[in-house]
Amino acid sequence: MVTEKDVSDVADLANLELTDEERARMLKDLNSILGYIDRLNELDTSNVEPMAQVASRYGTSTEVEANAMRLDEPRASLPHDAALRNAPNSDGTFFKVPKVIER
Amino acid sequence: MDINLLTVDSIRTAVLERRTTASATVDAFYQKIEAEDAAIGAYLTLCKERAYQQARWVDAMVGRGDTLPPLAGVPIAVKDVLTTKGVRTTAGSKILANFIAPYDATVVTRLEAAGAILLGKTNCDEFAMGSSNENSGFHPVHNPHDHSRVPGGSSGGSAAAVAAGMALASLGSDTGGSIRQPAAFCGVVGLMPTYGRVSRYGLIAFASSLDHVGPFGKTVKDVALMLQSMAGRDPLDSTSADVAVPDYLAQLEGPVKGLRVGVPQEYFGEGLDPEVRAAVEAGIQELAKAGCEVVPISLPHTGYAIPTYYVVATAEASANLARYDGVRYGMRAEGKTLSEMYCRTRDAGFGTEVKRRIMLGTYALSAGYYDAYYLKAQRVRSLLARDFDQAFAAVDVIVTPTTPTPAFKLGEKADDPLAMYLADIFTVTADLVGIPGISIPCGKSQEGLPIGMQILGKHFDEPTLLRVAHAAEHALAAKLA
Repeated sequence: MVTEKDVSDVADLANLELTDEERARMLKDLNSILGYIDRLNELDTSNVEPMAQVASRYGTSTEVEANAMRLDEPRASLPHDAALRNAPNSDGTFFKVPKVIER
Repeated sequence: MDINLLTVDSIRTAVLERRTTASATVDAFYQKIEAEDAAIGAYLTLCKERAYQQARWVDAMVGRGDTLPPLAGVPIAVKDVLTTKGVRTTAGSKILANFIAPYDATVVTRLEAAGAILLGKTNCDEFAMGSSNENSGFHPVHNPHDHSRVPGGSSGGSAAAVAAGMALASLGSDTGGSIRQPAAFCGVVGLMPTYGRVSRYGLIAFASSLDHVGPFGKTVKDVALMLQSMAGRDPLDSTSADVAVPDYLAQLEGPVKGLRVGVPQEYFGEGLDPEVRAAVEAGIQELAKAGCEVVPISLPHTGYAIPTYYVVATAEASANLARYDGVRYGMRAEGKTLSEMYCRTRDAGFGTEVKRRIMLGTYALSAGYYDAYYLKAQRVRSLLARDFDQAFAAVDVIVTPTTPTPAFKLGEKADDPLAMYLADIFTVTADLVGIPGISIPCGKSQEGLPIGMQILGKHFDEPTLLRVAHAAEHALAAKLA
């Protein structure tokens, strides 16, 4: 059972503030959805391996390739100005954010 | 030239034989979009400059007598979760309302290299999260067959654009059914290829172990032609598979006699609309008449697919969507501290369903719940995969309804997330196990709403999948006319 405190803690983890109205709605929805998800406990999975992804299971990649590494060679990347073009706030060299350290 | 009669398969020849030009075709499609899309809402952004430039390139090739690439002159629409350089790319979210992508998705690059013409970007549920397109941060999409009904989701705009003749083909993404379900609701063909078959470079990530890119078209042959130009290893996507791409057209029209078609009892139980059942059973009968052997099978863990999906998908989404923080791109809501800025940005930028899934996923991954939810769901995912391993030992393809009901009304499920999630009950499993699936039209309800039949295949066996879909499409053509 999800509590109001859980909603508050999880919102903090997710960097969401949420209005009081949203929190009430979230409490109701999460409990309803998690109640449905609880049916997974009907299954005994004690001897079943977890499956995190598809590729290695079907032999399309080996485990090594599933964690693919490319050669460490320089290649073209996004130019500096293109990378900054969508920034809400930048000084032309760096992204700008509110001050993090008080002094 | 009546653009409603064109297909991906026919436009190249029409351009080659100078019965029309790519530029004139683009004109005709934009005229149609401007006349009809206000009532449907399929497009979010049109990119005319880019489309006409591409059309002129195709027309110049015709003028010089060059060999035309396979998709020369094909006007397409692309779901707004795929990046397009210099063109607004929103993922259907207010948080990216003004985002101009700095690079093209690999599928877009490949389709344009093959001669396709990008008309614009299509509407979708925000970050592809939804089954009705009502979660778009901009406006809903209306089903072209009945404007009071949803087109399905999350690739609702892409399905509706093809159904309404506002593009000849389109691209969608499928994480839990987001190509096949809207294809069924809109009466078009929608293909989700095998996981890893098509590059996802430039696909805005929702749930990375489940996300697929795939085409919509009016016919099975059209989606096969699209896939041919999209598929294959991409060095920019480490999850794209290094598996040779077969010729999808070579056996498309070949015989299906002797193929074994599995029919899982679990997909025909309680909750299935009687008209959908009848139409899909009739489709299976047509395959039997064509010489397929119909084999009753069981996929015993089917009932656990939706809860498994909503743990895995939301957990991955909560991590993928952490990047929207107002720093590097997208909207920012100002705050006095960095933390306050993050929260205000995400509060204002994300819609209700996206927040709900971030919360659910964060909860499932949080200390104390990780084993109970996330690890548990991953173990059940293994059981679902085993179901299919066992089934495919005995059959070549599996046929099911795509959706339990035809398109529902706008607003009907909007306040009940769980009811909305169950609209994907027949589609989510294929995403979880990574197999390919296609939805083809197989009939209409008494109210005139399209009904879709889903065909699932073995990993990387799109050739058989497409061959069976093509056979069913042609056997059903008389009924659908």
